[in-house]
Amino acid sequence: MQSAVIVFPASNCDRDAASALEKITGHKPLMVWHEETTLPKVDFVVIPGGFSYGDYLRSGAIAARSPIVRDIIKKAEKGLPVAGFCNGFQILTEAGLLPGALMRNKGLRFVCRPQKLQVVNTKSMFTTGYKDTPEITVPIAHFDGNYYADDDTLKLLKKSGRILFKYIDNPNGSLNDIAGICNKVGNVLGMMPHPERSVDPLHGGTDGIALFKSVMEAVG
Amino acid sequence: MKAIIHIGLKPGVLDPQGRTIARSLAHMGFDSVTKARQGKTIELDLSSEDTEAAKLEVEKMCKQLLANTVIEDYQIEIVEQD
Repeated sequence: MQSAVIVFPASNCDRDAASALEKITGHKPLMVWHEETTLPKVDFVVIPGGFSYGDYLRSGAIAARSPIVRDIIKKAEKGLPVAGFCNGFQILTEAGLLPGALMRNKGLRFVCRPQKLQVVNTKSMFTTGYKDTPEITVPIAHFDGNYYADDDTLKLLKKSGRILFKYIDNPNGSLNDIAGICNKVGNVLGMMPHPERSVDPLHGGTDGIALFKSVMEAVG
Repeated sequence: MKAIIHIGLKPGVLDPQGRTIARSLAHMGFDSVTKARQGKTIELDLSSEDTEAAKLEVEKMCKQLLANTVIEDYQIEIVEQD
């Protein structure tokens, strides 16, 4: 599986993502600078965590309007698998590829810790590998992870199985304990936790591996 | 002319920063504060000549970038300069 990692000014998990992808897929991902206008031909795109553009205006707002994201939107709408972790999730909601918004944590604190998650739906292309492990631990590290959506959107997400991950012991006030969701078709994932930082025993856990393996299996 | 845009969280959207500000003011003895909401102001200098056209243009900017209408409301004020 050939993958790409998008790099924005002040992305800081781009290398974690690249190293996780290389370790799991066996192929070095392409690092794509945000000013590029066209994505290279790849099977999977990761929008990494960090503080793109210093979180100016709103987290992810400026990055969501960058040239490369325009092309990602086009290709995601045609079915290209895309995952955004942390700031990547914020960018995907700002870009309109995922519904809702990520607001300041309810406790007004940056939270950084291993976080227990429930994998709510193990049928998505990102979560089939969690069939036998519905409870996992993945690190979180964010200030703006408090997911919000209006009532109709929340109902729709619930009804259509698009809530993929929920927090166990909600760390940020997120609506319905939502930690990760996918789009209607199921090829775009956004989640606040960092699976790319949980792929080596030295990370303190390896629960992130199954996510990347699920995508590999789906992409073939 | 100048556009002054006030952006704030929609009513009903939890504003923990506003709540903390209100609590802090109360601790300082400002008993009259019953609620605080925090927002931001953006000022744009515009080369436009036509106020109505400028307002429409700024409206577009708000929808496309300046505000996140999922959670935020905005108000646009156009100020003619001498």
